[in-house]
Amino acid sequence: MFEILSNDILAPNVHRMVIRAPRIARVRKPGQFVIVRVEEGGERIPLTIGDADIAKGTITLFIQAVGLTSLKLVGTPVGNHLRDVAGPLGQPTHIRKWGRVVCIGGGLGTAVLYPMARALPAAGNEVTTIIGGRSAPFIILEQELSVFSRQVLVTTEDGSLGRKGFVTDALRELIDDPQRCPQAVIAIGPVPMMRAVAELTRPYGIETIVSLNPIMIDGTGMCGGCRVVVGGETRFACVDGPEFDGHLVDFDLLSNRLAMYREDECRMLEQLPDELRARIVQVKR
Amino acid sequence: MKFSMEPQVKMARVRMPEQDPQVRRCNFKEVNLGLSEAEAVQEAQRCLGCKTRPCVAGCPVRVRIPEFITALACGNVAQAAHILLADNSLPAVCGRVCPQEEQCEAKCVLGKKGEPVAIGYLERFVADWAMRHPDLLEPETAVAPTGKTVAVVGCGPAGITVSKELACKGHDVTIFEALHDTGGVLRYGIPEFRLPKQIVDIEVQRLRHMGVSIECNVIVGKTVSLEELQTGYDAVFIGNGAGLPTMLGIPGENLKGVYSANEYLTRVNLMAAWRDDAATPIMRGKRVMVIGGGNTAMDAVRTGARLGAERSIIVYRRSEAEMPARVEEIHHAKQEGIEFILLTAPLEIIGDASGWVKGVRCQKMKLGEPDASGRRRPVPVAGQTFELAVDVVVNAVGTQANPLLTATASQLELNKWGNIVADDSGATSLQGVFAGGDIVRGGATVILAMGDGKRSAAAIDDYLRR
Repeated sequence: MFEILSNDILAPNVHRMVIRAPRIARVRKPGQFVIVRVEEGGERIPLTIGDADIAKGTITLFIQAVGLTSLKLVGTPVGNHLRDVAGPLGQPTHIRKWGRVVCIGGGLGTAVLYPMARALPAAGNEVTTIIGGRSAPFIILEQELSVFSRQVLVTTEDGSLGRKGFVTDALRELIDDPQRCPQAVIAIGPVPMMRAVAELTRPYGIETIVSLNPIMIDGTGMCGGCRVVVGGETRFACVDGPEFDGHLVDFDLLSNRLAMYREDECRMLEQLPDELRARIVQVKR
Repeated sequence: MKFSMEPQVKMARVRMPEQDPQVRRCNFKEVNLGLSEAEAVQEAQRCLGCKTRPCVAGCPVRVRIPEFITALACGNVAQAAHILLADNSLPAVCGRVCPQEEQCEAKCVLGKKGEPVAIGYLERFVADWAMRHPDLLEPETAVAPTGKTVAVVGCGPAGITVSKELACKGHDVTIFEALHDTGGVLRYGIPEFRLPKQIVDIEVQRLRHMGVSIECNVIVGKTVSLEELQTGYDAVFIGNGAGLPTMLGIPGENLKGVYSANEYLTRVNLMAAWRDDAATPIMRGKRVMVIGGGNTAMDAVRTGARLGAERSIIVYRRSEAEMPARVEEIHHAKQEGIEFILLTAPLEIIGDASGWVKGVRCQKMKLGEPDASGRRRPVPVAGQTFELAVDVVVNAVGTQANPLLTATASQLELNKWGNIVADDSGATSLQGVFAGGDIVRGGATVILAMGDGKRSAAAIDDYLRR
């Protein structure tokens, strides 16, 4: 059993939870994830480890409540326990000295990006961060990312914070500036965003790393449910990833497979009390 | 005096009572209902009690079969249970899933002229009786703790067996399991209708009562390393299974509605997706195609029927004679209306405009010359292809060694398929590290994994006492 030590709301339906998991805290590296099961009979869901404190034996998880399981997860109060937390799983981020790196986070992807971005300066990289979201309340971790970023650029679709537009608008300007043009881009967020970033950087040959979030069960390579196609080859995101070369990822297939249980998800949401359902629908739009 | 085997030969082998095929096709309850005590005792009386004990030689864990059957034949079930439990760590499991027809029963002398003693049914009867009457069993004699510690990787059949054997010898055993629950393939792979999970629960509970501690959610190779286990324990046993599905390597394999058997069965068994109130979803196809001819394929195709498929179909590239599945499973599947399309190989999985499976293009095959496995190799029949409309495809062609642990243990010797190299006693290239089950054998059976566990336990005990 894994005790919940804190549970804060960062943005509408986005929570930051600190969990006691000393074994995982001790060995996890940026880019790795855990599989969480909230309660007996519950689903297994993968969640990126946002941060860890070895001395305190804790890990930090960022969760967007978009379905039944994540809603139950964020609704679990401090002092209660999660039934299962297993990890760390997946390959750690392969951090190199690239030079100038642009880190791009969209929505909850910003939280997934955070531990990777924070590890970059120590390897001799200069980090510029772009955070995108629908509107101001959905922009998270701006403060935390600014601690080690040369600059944090914010874009919102409605212009309520930062510049109006998409993360790709901000990235294009950086690429066009010879003084700022990155040697590498790390982009984590919704599939359309990662695809758009990869398409933008492709003609320039800028190395672009994306982190994929397919449907998973065991997280150890056993079921193969998380398979993705990268460079024409089938890979398992849980053991080969979750990070891959964005220029080689088959994003069509990824978004297609992510939709496999959409009908089941809708049916389950319909069974929720109105108030909870409204919360999710509002975020999903 | 001339010995006659007439009376036993004349007695007919007992029939296993079963759920009606039309009824069971729609539920997940156990198919085989088990013998009554009268039936079991009568069947036990068919045993000749051969001095040469060929059946024992056919058993990978060397159960003293004639002894437990003789006790049962005299009506002394408690004595039969005492013998069986001493030799077999998971008798209620083996009595249900072992391929007895290739092992103990294949060697039964009665089988030469008629039908062999139903050793598997009797094992199941005695094991189930023991579960219902724990108060009537002889209490286990406490052994003095040796002070030695053993780490066991994986709580499947091999891990459970090695742990039980070592705990009996007084060693302090800790099992590390990657999933959130115990049992390994007994839990995630074999369906409820063939092995009720309550039986796995009771067996694991028995293990805990013996003082074995089980830590779930620990992935050796990720959460802790093999090296840490070597440092922290006096010996290590690796029984983490062969959990990595072999892909078909044909177009369309990543369409929505295509599952590996591991995923399909894990969703249904471990995550209980067959229940209407389950949190984990599963695609309930109208037409389910399962590719493969082993026990896993039979489990998947019969699961498809129980999830409500109108047609649940096996596609296998050889003929029925070459199928690796147990005869009983094939027989049960046919009774349940499972269709068998044999001498057929999938060429391509076809999707609709939204990426859902809509069919499979298949190739007719014929049997050619025997291959390395001794089975006749299937070869395509030129020009004979056809399309079958299905909405779920399950790939049950096999599994490979999962590299999660072995990739992080560079000193551990592996063969070219990535399986751990171990000798007959389970000893690996690392001192004090033993291995058994599918991570050594590739995809094999529960009982072979248990046999490995039993032999490794003896070797580990020797090693610890040295």
